[in-house]
Amino acid sequence: MKLKTTLVGALIASTCLAGMAAAQTDITMWYHGGGNEVESALINQIVSDFNAANADYDVSLESFPQGSYNDSVVAAALAGNLPDIIDVDGPVMPNWAWANYMQPLSIDESIIADFLPGTIGRWDGELYSVGLWDAAVSLYARQSTLDELSLRAPTLASPWTKDEFMGALEAAKASGKCEYAFDVGMAWTGEWYPYAFSPFLQSFGGDIVDRSTYQTAEGALNGDAAIEFGEWWQSLFTEGYTPGTSQDPADRDTGFIDGKYCFSWNGNWASVAAIDGGVDDIVFLPAPDFGNGSVIGAGSWQFGISATSENAEGANAFIEFALQDKYMAAFSDGIGLIPSTTSAADMTENYAQGGPLNIYFALSAEQALVRPVSPGYVVAAKVFEKALADIANGADVADTLDAAVDEIDTDIERNSGYGH
Amino acid sequence: MASKLTTSNRAGWAFALPGFGLLTLFIVVPFFFAFFLSLTNQRLISPNPTEFVGLDNYRNLLSISVLSIEPETDDAGAVIRDADGTPEYPRVRTFTRNNPDFQQYAGMREWFRWHSGDTAKVVVATDLVFWKSLRNTLMFVLVVAPVQGAIALGLALLINQRLRGINVYRAIYFMPVVVSIVVVSLLWRFLYAEDGLLNSILGTFSFGMFEGRDWLGNKDTALGAIMAMSIWQAVGFHMVIWLSGLQTISPTLYEASSIEGASKFQTFRYVTWPGLRNTAVLVLIVITMQAFALFAQIDVMTNGGPLDSTSTVVFQAVERGYGKQDISGGSTISVILFLLVLTISITQRYLTREK
Repeated sequence: MKLKTTLVGALIASTCLAGMAAAQTDITMWYHGGGNEVESALINQIVSDFNAANADYDVSLESFPQGSYNDSVVAAALAGNLPDIIDVDGPVMPNWAWANYMQPLSIDESIIADFLPGTIGRWDGELYSVGLWDAAVSLYARQSTLDELSLRAPTLASPWTKDEFMGALEAAKASGKCEYAFDVGMAWTGEWYPYAFSPFLQSFGGDIVDRSTYQTAEGALNGDAAIEFGEWWQSLFTEGYTPGTSQDPADRDTGFIDGKYCFSWNGNWASVAAIDGGVDDIVFLPAPDFGNGSVIGAGSWQFGISATSENAEGANAFIEFALQDKYMAAFSDGIGLIPSTTSAADMTENYAQGGPLNIYFALSAEQALVRPVSPGYVVAAKVFEKALADIANGADVADTLDAAVDEIDTDIERNSGYGH
Repeated sequence: MASKLTTSNRAGWAFALPGFGLLTLFIVVPFFFAFFLSLTNQRLISPNPTEFVGLDNYRNLLSISVLSIEPETDDAGAVIRDADGTPEYPRVRTFTRNNPDFQQYAGMREWFRWHSGDTAKVVVATDLVFWKSLRNTLMFVLVVAPVQGAIALGLALLINQRLRGINVYRAIYFMPVVVSIVVVSLLWRFLYAEDGLLNSILGTFSFGMFEGRDWLGNKDTALGAIMAMSIWQAVGFHMVIWLSGLQTISPTLYEASSIEGASKFQTFRYVTWPGLRNTAVLVLIVITMQAFALFAQIDVMTNGGPLDSTSTVVFQAVERGYGKQDISGGSTISVILFLLVLTISITQRYLTREK
């Protein structure tokens, strides 16, 4: 009996001691960049800097491959096992916020006052996510190609019009210089389609959903502007300007560098590879203006806090800590992303004034339009992708867009309007 | 003859328990779960409560009907014809979209049409992609099951000989089975590419007569290409099953038939084939079920395209349930697939029963 009491006492005492020693709060974090060595080193650097600077918190990081990251988060959320900090793709954030996977951030708004608009994620009037970088897309070309075909170099202030752009493609095709005039990257599936191609639609005057209500796609995705866009899109393939849906992914990666394609529609993340690949007279041109301005996509991976986190204070502290110019600059130099602020851009090799990729910063600041901010976007994006692939493969434009509108509308209705 | 082990009920159940338990946990319970979910509007991600919707999911998936369209007429009531004499028809979307006179066709899309006189009969479906997927899956099963079974039998007969180094051939034929289907699919994507190996081989052997084509990018060849690759990949597995069947046939029967002076074909027809009866039933049913589950090749190689020509039922179930976050829709497809496979398996079993 006495022995038992002693044992229990000892147990209690040791637990208390251990508890006191662990006054540090453990904070868990998931990140999508598993498998990328440079990226892992960068994010680990932030984590260890933060842990060294804060005695109260201990952040531990777990990385996932990008391909299975979203599935892991959804599975963990269904099982109630989310970590404190997650990173989230910008357009997916409203879906997770609406589903109560995430909680609003409570970081000081003054910190993000100068951030590029695409790096800040708001849903329902609240700040849910913020990113260290943005991504942008431009038209890759060689200065020598432009000169040879005597084409005007488009600028931010005066991009190519639709006619000029089609004239350029026609000239490139007629010159026989390349196998295809224009590579839009059909080999990349998934989020690339809405991210890279819906800006064309928006420049024509359409959109994936009607952004005034977010309750329907009728008129936006199948209106006159959208049908005009669809016909233009189809003509890229029927006229032989662009490789189709069965494009070899390897060609997508190196086709422009090898001279297979005269123009390529590609992101800032591939620019360094193109320059290093030996295209020394590369120019990055703004998107053509199809009538409603020149538009590109915005919004990349961002940090947020899970709804179930009991350490929101520490998680917010970590995110605030990560939003330092030096880290943004490091990510930019390491993996070619666009830093979220001008001051960070000035610290980078590529995006500083006069840097080779400086134009992307201006593109993001001036022409970027985020994808529809709605929980239903996740489904609409899939529908949009299929519609564009079908049109590229020769489906009837109006019928395909009508069907896409029906599918998006049914989904919105079945989700009771997605909380808008 | 009955030993204690074959008559003891307790031992029998104990042996069956691990198998039954796992089957129940991973097959039977999820099936009932799927059946229940198919009657609700369950979403993968949603804060909204789950509601019971009855048979709505089945109705959305399976609604199909025939729309008769009369040709366009001019003011005098004569049919307008183009230069070839083909009548012109109004577009199907004028009936299926925002047309209060044709409410029953709202939201439907054209699948295919035929003509009876000047009237066009158009088959329209609410979920066109599902119907196309169903057709593709059945086509796949109808081609792959007999062809793969037959080639596997041929290979098994070939390698069932006492030859020096026969094990090397056995290994070669069996190798594709061991490689992950995802890896095989990625490799065959390169083979099928427009400037890929297949086109250059065909070009060389036809002395340049053969024009290279984009096998996976053309809706007429994509499904066929996937069939060929799938047959090649799994044929070794069935070859091994046939081989084990062949080796159960008693050599005395072959000796007897050779003494009787039977030809090679007669030996096969009257000794080998009857001896393979049970193996044949097994191989046929296994191939059929595997063919219905076609998914990985589609997911890696074509994503169901071009124009849904390679979309399959399982691909649709995953795409809907996971990609489009519609668990109830995905469950509905799974239930339909289950009933379909069950019906076909029972029919096969009935047709191949011991008479």
